[in-house]
Amino acid sequence: MLDATPRQDRLPDAPGIGYKPQHFSEILEDSGAVRWLEIHAENYMGDGGRPLTQLRALSERFAISVHGVGLSIGGEGRLDPDHLGRLKRLVGWLNPVSFSEHLAWSTHGAEFLNDLLPLPYTDATLARVADHIDEVQEALGRRMLLENPSSYLAFTESTWSETDFLAELTRRTGCGLLLDVNNVFVSATNLGYSPQGYIEAYPLGAVGEIHLGGHDADTDDHGAPLLIDSHGREVADPVWALLDHALARSGPKPILIEWDNDVPDWPVLRAEAARARDALARIAA
Amino acid sequence: MSNTMKTLAVAGAVAAALVGHATTASAQAKEKCYGVSLAGKNDCAAGPGTTCAGTSTVDYQGNAWKLVDAGTCVSMEKEGGRMGSLEPLDRDLPKS
Amino acid sequence: MSVTQDDFRAALLDAAAPVPAGLTDGAGAPAGRRYNVYRNNVAVSLREALHEGFPTIAKLLGAQNMDGLAGIFLRRHPPSSPLMMLYGEAFPDFLAGMPQLAHLGYLADVARLDLAMRQSYHAADADPIDPADLAALPPERLVETRLTLAPALRLIRSAWPIHAIWRFNTEEGAPRPEPGAQDVVILRPGFDPEPHLLPPGGADVIAALHQGHSLGAALDAATGRVPDFDLTPTLALLLQGGAIIALT
Repeated sequence: MLDATPRQDRLPDAPGIGYKPQHFSEILEDSGAVRWLEIHAENYMGDGGRPLTQLRALSERFAISVHGVGLSIGGEGRLDPDHLGRLKRLVGWLNPVSFSEHLAWSTHGAEFLNDLLPLPYTDATLARVADHIDEVQEALGRRMLLENPSSYLAFTESTWSETDFLAELTRRTGCGLLLDVNNVFVSATNLGYSPQGYIEAYPLGAVGEIHLGGHDADTDDHGAPLLIDSHGREVADPVWALLDHALARSGPKPILIEWDNDVPDWPVLRAEAARARDALARIAA
Repeated sequence: MSNTMKTLAVAGAVAAALVGHATTASAQAKEKCYGVSLAGKNDCAAGPGTTCAGTSTVDYQGNAWKLVDAGTCVSMEKEGGRMGSLEPLDRDLPKS
Repeated sequence: MSVTQDDFRAALLDAAAPVPAGLTDGAGAPAGRRYNVYRNNVAVSLREALHEGFPTIAKLLGAQNMDGLAGIFLRRHPPSSPLMMLYGEAFPDFLAGMPQLAHLGYLADVARLDLAMRQSYHAADADPIDPADLAALPPERLVETRLTLAPALRLIRSAWPIHAIWRFNTEEGAPRPEPGAQDVVILRPGFDPEPHLLPPGGADVIAALHQGHSLGAALDAATGRVPDFDLTPTLALLLQGGAIIALT
């Protein structure tokens, strides 16, 4: 294609969208403010067929970010060598601009539990996660980004704050970070701390990408708000405000809209991307 | 079947199959390039993808379950008149 | 008080198990139902994956039955791989073993069809042969020729009318299934797998070809069970479905 975006070594400081196959044609026809796309690594680890063909076609037009959801970087066991091999194969042929994963665990023995499960922030966890990040970066031959989780509970054994824990990981491994602003809002609300304070303590210099998504509201046993990171609706207004707070301190960043459940029609996602573009324009002004 | 008969049977079947193929093959070429699903098919066989999102849907499930009358198997089995019940044909099936 | 991943996992799929001590609301109170968020995330995401992965079974049984069955299945057989597209390999046998479903004998084979459709969808691409290559072979060579079949091809043999059941549940106005055995081959000429009904003996041919036997031997396999077997429709199907990818 003549209008192909030249390949870059980082994502553009512009809106991106979590890619869903039902939007394939519309993205190519009318991408609006969307400059890059993110895919879940595990959905493109099949042997062939439409998913890989579509991804190949999209990668000619858009910068691609590969976002893993199944590596279980926080797992107590060793990383699954088969899965790391599959990831290496995907990153090898696709050569995406970015690779990111989560500060979480999801594999237990031979089981994959299909959720991002939480970790206590201790010295032992830190050492283990750092080892796993080293292993991934070595296998892929590139720097990865690690995403802050949505928290619904806390571990009494934790001795590190989440922001210090992440900062120390970047120091030990050289990895970058993915700042999920919705996760910050969800966790801060659920655990009763200031989301702005969290952002201010976050190592923003290491941030290579920002995530935004929608959340649902519930309550805990005592009627306290319990937000759930459901990615099933528009980004909430206080999360947009928190994005402004982050961008004012970090400068422009690549911003992804994540919408994974009850996925809407393309124009709705395009409108969310336009809102992210406006947020970037505000700090440039 | 003798070897000669078999050779002829295979050659005849290949020839006949190729004749039929020539008329239908061209219609299938165009779908291949970009991978847009044909209208109405819409990736129905893709199966589940991954998620990094949570859910506010509550799972009440224990390990008890009782079959309730629901779904199309009810109408397949009961309303057909001619159907009665779907019985397997007693045929010797090779173990696959 | 430390919570190991063993501890966390133990209560995750067992709603009756106590929430591990050492988990709080952030202010020191026990986590209580906050822990249920993870229980819900795991169980509901796997349940939905089974609904999506076995659409014909979900339709045959209805959402309520499917929810109940999925809830039991996901606890007995959690995924063994992060590739959710392949989840549920054990589901057909699980259905076959449920006493409540014993009168619906066809369910396991229909589940095998749903699973095979998915496997076919994600299978490797392969360019079909030029039919002219087949046409160019003299009869003595043809009978000895082996056909390499596409990675997306799947064969399902059943004592039940699984093709008719599949059609009845996916195609508007499709006829009600009649009793009888049906063998199905799934072919994927482009990107969309399609189940095709095979004539009696057709599955023997495809199974023999798949095992590396020659066309002549494949014909023998079919005529052994269907004396007046005609190879033409099965071969035509394989050609039209782009399922022959090499000749040796």
